[in-house]
Amino acid sequence: MDKFTVHTGTAAPLRASNVDTDQIVPAEYLKRITRHGFEDGLFNSWRKDANFVLNRPEYQGVSVLVAGPDFGTGSSREHAVWALMDYGFKVVISSRFADIFRGNSGKGGLLTAVVEQSSVEQLWKIIEEDPTTPVTVDLVAQVITAAGFTAKFEVDNYVRWRLMEGLDDIGLTLKHVDEITAFEAKRPRFKPTTV
Amino acid sequence: MGRTLAQKVWDDHVVRRADGEPDLLYIDLHLTHEVTSPQAFDGLRAAERTVRRKDLTIATEDHNVPTTDIDKPIADPISRAQIEALRINTKEFGIENYELGNKEQGIVHIIAPQSGLTQPGMTIVCGDSHTSTHGAFGSIGMGIGTSEVEHVLATQTLPLKPFKTMAITVNGKLPIGVTAKDLILAIIAEIGTGGGQGYILEYRGEAIRALSMEGRMTMCNMSIEAGARAGMIAPDETTYAYVQGRDHAPKGADWDDAVAYWKTLPTDADAVFDREVIIDATKLSPFVTWGTNPGQGAPLSANVPSPDDYTDPVDKTATEKALAYMDLTAGMPIRDIKIDTVFVGSCTNGRIEDLRAAAEILKGKKIASGLRMMVVPGSVRVRLEAMAEGLDKVFADAGAEWREAGCSMCLGMNPDKLAPGERSASTSNRNFEGRQGPGGRTHLVSPQVAAATAIRGTLSSPADLVGSAN
Repeated sequence: MDKFTVHTGTAAPLRASNVDTDQIVPAEYLKRITRHGFEDGLFNSWRKDANFVLNRPEYQGVSVLVAGPDFGTGSSREHAVWALMDYGFKVVISSRFADIFRGNSGKGGLLTAVVEQSSVEQLWKIIEEDPTTPVTVDLVAQVITAAGFTAKFEVDNYVRWRLMEGLDDIGLTLKHVDEITAFEAKRPRFKPTTV
Repeated sequence: MGRTLAQKVWDDHVVRRADGEPDLLYIDLHLTHEVTSPQAFDGLRAAERTVRRKDLTIATEDHNVPTTDIDKPIADPISRAQIEALRINTKEFGIENYELGNKEQGIVHIIAPQSGLTQPGMTIVCGDSHTSTHGAFGSIGMGIGTSEVEHVLATQTLPLKPFKTMAITVNGKLPIGVTAKDLILAIIAEIGTGGGQGYILEYRGEAIRALSMEGRMTMCNMSIEAGARAGMIAPDETTYAYVQGRDHAPKGADWDDAVAYWKTLPTDADAVFDREVIIDATKLSPFVTWGTNPGQGAPLSANVPSPDDYTDPVDKTATEKALAYMDLTAGMPIRDIKIDTVFVGSCTNGRIEDLRAAAEILKGKKIASGLRMMVVPGSVRVRLEAMAEGLDKVFADAGAEWREAGCSMCLGMNPDKLAPGERSASTSNRNFEGRQGPGGRTHLVSPQVAAATAIRGTLSSPADLVGSAN
C-alpha cells in the first residue's frame, strides 16, 4: 500500500445521502476475479445520466469526493473501494460512513474523512462555485483546506498511522503469531470445526 | 459492573490487547463464497501465505449461481469463471466447498446454522454483510471486506476496535399476523439506516424471546440495514433446542460443557448499554418499504409519504429522489401499489418456516394473472424439506415458480433479475436502486405479505384476503 500523508486535488460534490455500495458499484461487476479495473463500474447506473456530476466537464480529473451522510451503506463489497480508487479518488469526505465501507477503505488505502454536515455543505458550495478549487486533505494534521475553508476531520488513529506508514495489516498481525497459537491452545473442545 | 452479551463474546475472543491498537480478535468460523474471495486467495498466493485453519473455514456457491437448469454449465461465462476460481482456490488451499449440486449447497447464512456450525458465543465472519444473521444464536457475526477475508484466511484473526452496544428492547407480544420481518423493518424505519453505525445491537424483550430461531435469524440478518455490523440475541432454551443434534453440534460431555458456557453469556442485569431503544410490539402491523433504502418503510395500511412530511433537508431530498425512482405519488395508499413480481427467498426469508408461511396463504389459491412469483429455497436442504412436505406442489398449483437454492433475485448477480421499470414485492433485505436488476423497483415485505400480494396483485396482507381491507 502507498503511504498517504497529504493529498491535494479537485473535488466533486455528490449531493446524495445513503449512497449504498450497490450504487457505487453494481453487483454485475462483482463477478470479476481481479482486484483492479473497476473504474467503469463506478456509479455505473448514475453515469448513464449525462448530468451526473462525474460526467460534467468541470469535474473531470477529480480525486476528492464530497458526499452526503451515510456513504457506503449496504453490501460489504470491497469492490466499492477499488472502483473509487481505480477511478482516481484518494479521499471521500462525508459526515457519516457505514462501518464496513470505512473499514474496507482503510485496508485499501482510500481515506474516509469525517466532518460535520455543515462542513460538507460549505465544501459543496465552494466546489460548485469554482470546480477548479484545489482541496487539500492533510492526514498528518487531520485538516481539510479549500479556498479559505478549514476544518479538522476525524479518522481512526490506528488507521491513520497505517495509512501514513503504508503498512500491510496481515504482516503486522503475523508478528503476533505466537499469541495466536497460545490462544488456540486454550480454545474449548466443544467449538465446532468444518471437517 | 456487569457486561453485555456482546462484550462477553468479544472478551472471550481477544488474542491480544494493547494501548493504541485495535483488539486482535480470534475468529471461530469463516464462511466464504465465490464473490468476495478470489482476490483474497490471489493475495495469499502472491505473499506465499497459507490458510491457517482450514478446519474453521467453509465455502459454498450461492451469489451468482442460477436457480434453474443447475445440471447444465452456467451460461454466463463470467459467473462460470468466478465459480471455477472458487473451486480451484478451495481445492488448492484445502477448504471444503459445497458446490452447486451438493446436498449441502445453499446461501452461506442458511447452510451454517442448518448444519450446526453456528452456535452461541462464537465469532463468525464472511465476506458478506448479512453475516449478522448468525447473531441470532448469541454470536458475533460480522460482514467483512475482501482484505479482511485474506487476513482471516492467513491468521484466523481480525484487528478490530470494540463496538459500542445498543439494546433494542421489544416489549409485549407481536399481534397475530405480524412477523419478525415486520418488526425489523419497523425498527430500521425507527432508528434509520445509519442508526446502528459503530454499534453491536442486542435485540431483547418479550417479543424477541417468543420468536423462533428462524424469526431471530430474520431479525439479526437485517441489522446491517440499520447500519450495525452485528446484531445479537441472547441464547436460551429455544437456541439450545435448535442446535442440539445437528451435524456439527457438540455431543455428549462436550454438549454439557457448551451449554454451561452458553448460559453465562446473556447480558448481566447491571450491564449498561451505550444506547437503548424501546419498541412496543403490540402497536405493530405488517410493515413494507416504499423507498430506496430499508429505512424508508411504513405500515402497509399507511399512505406513501410526501417530501413535505420531513423538515430535515437531507430527508426531504432523499424522499423526493426515492419517489421519483420508485414512480410513486405522495399520499397514495401503499395498498394500491401494483406489483409485477413476487420473490420469496434470500438469507433473510429463505428458510423452511418462511416457505411454510407463504404456502399456507397460497394453498388452494391462484396468483394474480400477469404476475410472476418465484419461490427460491435458501438451501438444498430447505428445498428437500419443503418438497417432502408438498410445499413445492402448493406453489406450482398457485402458479408460482419453484426454483433451486441460491441468492437468486436478492441481488441481481445471477439470471434472476427484474426488468427495467418492473416492480417487486420481495422478502429479501435491500430495496436499493437497481438492486434486483437495473431499473428494477423493490418493496421489502414478509413472506406472508409476499404471498397475499401475489394473490391480489397489489401490496396486501393476509388479512386483506378475507375481505377486511384494513
